Amino acid sequence: MTAALELSGLRKSFGKTEIIRGVDLAIGQNERHAIIGPNGAGKSTLFNLITGRFPQTSGHIRLHGQDLAGKAPYEINRMGLSRSFQITNIFPKMTVFENVRCSLLWSMGYKYNFWSMVSKSRALTDGADQILEQINLTARRDLPAGVLSYAEQRALEIGITIAGGADVIMLDEPTAGMSHSETDYIVDLIRKVTENKTLIMVEHDMGVVFGLADQISVLVYGEIIATGRPEDVRANSKVQEAYLGEALEAEH
Amino acid sequence: MDLILVNIIDGLVTGLLLFMLSAGLTLIFSMMGVLNFAHASFYMLGAYFAYQISLALGFWMGLLIAPLIVGVMGAGVERYGLRRVHQYGHVPELIFTFGLALLIEELVQFIWGKNQMPYQVPDVLNFTAFAIAGNSIPAYKIFMIFISVAIFIGLLYVLTRTRVGMIIQAALSYPRTVESLGHNVPLIFMGVFGVGTALAGVAGVIAGPVLGTFPGMAFVLGSIVFVTIVIGGLGSLWGALVASLLIGWVTTFAKSYNIAMSDILNGIGFSTPENLSDSLWRDLWTVTSPQIADILPYILMVLILIFRPYGLFGKRDA
Amino acid sequence: MSEQDQITTDPTKPAQRMRAGSMTISATPWIIAAVLLIAMPYLFPSRSALTIMNQMSITIVFALAYNMLLGQGGMLSFGHAVYMGVGGFVAVHVMNLISDTGAPFPMPFLPIVGGLFGMGLAMIVGSFSTRSAGTVFAMISLGVGELIAACSVIIVVFFGGEEGVSGYRDEGLPFFGFDFAQQIEVYYLIAAWLMISALLMYLYSRTPIGRMANAVRDNPERAEFLGYSARWVRYYSFAASGFFAGIAGGLFAINYEILTEENLNTASSGVILLVTFLGGVGFFFGPIIGAIAFTLLQTVLSLHTELWAFYAGVLFVATVMFFPGGLAGLIMMHVPVFQIGKAKQLVLPYFKTLIPGAVAVLGVSALVEMTFHYRHAATGDNEMTVFWTTFDSHAILPWVIALVVTFGALYLTRLNAPSLREAWAEANTPDGGAA
Repeated sequence: MTAALELSGLRKSFGKTEIIRGVDLAIGQNERHAIIGPNGAGKSTLFNLITGRFPQTSGHIRLHGQDLAGKAPYEINRMGLSRSFQITNIFPKMTVFENVRCSLLWSMGYKYNFWSMVSKSRALTDGADQILEQINLTARRDLPAGVLSYAEQRALEIGITIAGGADVIMLDEPTAGMSHSETDYIVDLIRKVTENKTLIMVEHDMGVVFGLADQISVLVYGEIIATGRPEDVRANSKVQEAYLGEALEAEH
Repeated sequence: MDLILVNIIDGLVTGLLLFMLSAGLTLIFSMMGVLNFAHASFYMLGAYFAYQISLALGFWMGLLIAPLIVGVMGAGVERYGLRRVHQYGHVPELIFTFGLALLIEELVQFIWGKNQMPYQVPDVLNFTAFAIAGNSIPAYKIFMIFISVAIFIGLLYVLTRTRVGMIIQAALSYPRTVESLGHNVPLIFMGVFGVGTALAGVAGVIAGPVLGTFPGMAFVLGSIVFVTIVIGGLGSLWGALVASLLIGWVTTFAKSYNIAMSDILNGIGFSTPENLSDSLWRDLWTVTSPQIADILPYILMVLILIFRPYGLFGKRDA
Repeated sequence: MSEQDQITTDPTKPAQRMRAGSMTISATPWIIAAVLLIAMPYLFPSRSALTIMNQMSITIVFALAYNMLLGQGGMLSFGHAVYMGVGGFVAVHVMNLISDTGAPFPMPFLPIVGGLFGMGLAMIVGSFSTRSAGTVFAMISLGVGELIAACSVIIVVFFGGEEGVSGYRDEGLPFFGFDFAQQIEVYYLIAAWLMISALLMYLYSRTPIGRMANAVRDNPERAEFLGYSARWVRYYSFAASGFFAGIAGGLFAINYEILTEENLNTASSGVILLVTFLGGVGFFFGPIIGAIAFTLLQTVLSLHTELWAFYAGVLFVATVMFFPGGLAGLIMMHVPVFQIGKAKQLVLPYFKTLIPGAVAVLGVSALVEMTFHYRHAATGDNEMTVFWTTFDSHAILPWVIALVVTFGALYLTRLNAPSLREAWAEANTPDGGAA
């Protein structure tokens, strides 16, 4: 069985600085994989490379065995990979409902259609309403997305990310800047909506990481120093030394 | 050969004049992300103010005072207009400066009327500097080159050698950081806008006597200036310089050498149709280079954008 | 961003209405518009009224097409007149072809030809200009606009040089017996096209690509991660806008029977930007209001003053600075007030502030006119007429009166403005709780 996402010898330099220094990683189907590491380790860069936001310097990225080299973000998305952003990235002037509906359009096969009315499609409306139900935003359906609270906007962001039916979901710090209760809410939500999907997430909150992930990779200075099940990673001395020890202490 | 030299000088004058406008425009753009559509209008105001001042105090006082007034007006526009519109986003900012350009043109017509002003080259400079094979080069042209080069060197000095220049350069890339270091970034923005428009004012003062001081002068030069900075690459000062000179020379040479399209077409193997006046392509056959000199910059821009979307020296997409 | 701004710039209100109600509710404005269009010539039968209404209808089609770009796609074009112009030129050439060859082609289909050529040009230019929105797009649109306008004096075969190209609209195949020699026939032809194109443009905004145009406008990067290429979405909007601009050009050709360089130049492109922005880019009906208001203003003002372009400029800049939502935004600001049911509370404060405000505006314009006359009138011609009053512009008394009236009215406006602001806040607060 091919891995859902496979990185091999991935490198990225900005000018003379090498940010990603040879990453090899295979993430299996339906796995919940968290990437952790200290600030500046290159986690967001890794995300941006995978999603085609900028090109790698060398190495390969394969989604379901297909090489993503030279593909634009929209092409990668159509192949079944969807992502959220660290900074909330929604359509603030459109309604919540419309945000979700727009994210359904491509996967429902509408493409660049200019002859059918979106409001006439039962499937589209029901699909969007179902997603709203899942992310508990039905009550906010007709409000402009820009006026939602921060946690609600993050939930919407996740809703937009999963709506297209992608089977590989990448979340970039989904709980950043949230209170404890908001975090619990989002974690439940993530667990619910990524059922039977591959989840790759960058996260700083160790509670979230150990609560959600089946597998954890530790990225330090552009290299993965350990990959494994949470308890193994926790026990790994290299990880403890580099990063986890102090983070775990800070957690308690 | 001698004619080439004359054309090089003429093209240099046009190019440097363009550069005085495009330098300020590109500086404002790279700093604030605003393309000031009304930039050429400040150039026009410079010419009109200088004319009005020269009536009372002579040309030299005009050269000194008019750019100052224009700069203060520019700073005022930034402070009371742009800063307000900024909150609505980029597109309204562009629309605002576009509206301002229309308004300034109407305002100039309101005050000075529709006719050209008798703004003249000062007597001191009204003589022939030297002649090349019978083509006389007026002293005023040499003066224009001198002023533009002096301003360019001054600008370069301020930007690279002084403290203010350092802060401006830093604010170009990291406005937030510079602000948190305790510098007043809005004030810097206002200052840059003021200086940029004052530069346009200087260009107006020295170009008014040769290119004419009339209400359409902003429009004539304005769109060429935008084309210049697009060709040079938005936000690049060197790009603006190269593109300005390029456009200056290309248009000058196209105007002075009468190259007919029919010669080119014959040259590459097409023969002129027998009854040209009935042919649908007659306009193509009869076109000559002086005719299209003024649209060459636009053609150049379209070509550049197709093959090099960020312009000659541009690095990023704005 | 305050609550008010969001209401004025919220483009999603029509969508809500459409979803909430049945089809009959959303069809109502269209039926009213159609009835009005049919009835107008009976209400205003004069020739000059028909001229104005034709001009208005063509401007509406063009402004709506322009707003497909600006309002819905977030692309600011400074050279959109060329798509209307080229569509118009082609239409005139086709008209001449019909006259010359007697080809059986009914006039009412001519705008389609204009539309197709407008779209064709937009597809060529769009292939390199829609790579990005924002400043670069605006610059390219300006450059291409200037280029094509400048070509009009060079490519004489197509653009007719200085004098333009003219034709006759009444030599086509009669359409149900109409040959469109009469102005009233032309009016109904244009009105029919106005309805058709407005409806098509409205429906376009409800299609998947129309919705994605909004998404790309707000956040192109996010749209890319939803499977849509931002560039292609822009390209479709651009081509569609070019099509309807070309239709407006075809209508122009039928109405005026002549096209010149003026139809292509940047001034015309600027006017359509002004019209659209004045009406309001955030709502579908904004450009319609803008076109009606602008055409009326232009007709009335240009009859009475040489300075009308100056006033238009002031109005434009003031709109951008103070009412970025345009007239439509101002209207829609009041919807919540009506919903809460407190609109009545606003009537008196509005009277108290806006009447002195209007007097102040008129006073300022009188002073502007007097200054202009004082400065530019021929020597010895001291007599001028402002607001049906004739006086000597070099005498002191008229100046004193104008100044006193203006500043008095300004003072009253300022005095009453705070109470209007208060009333506004109060009217926007539902009873029993904060908004």
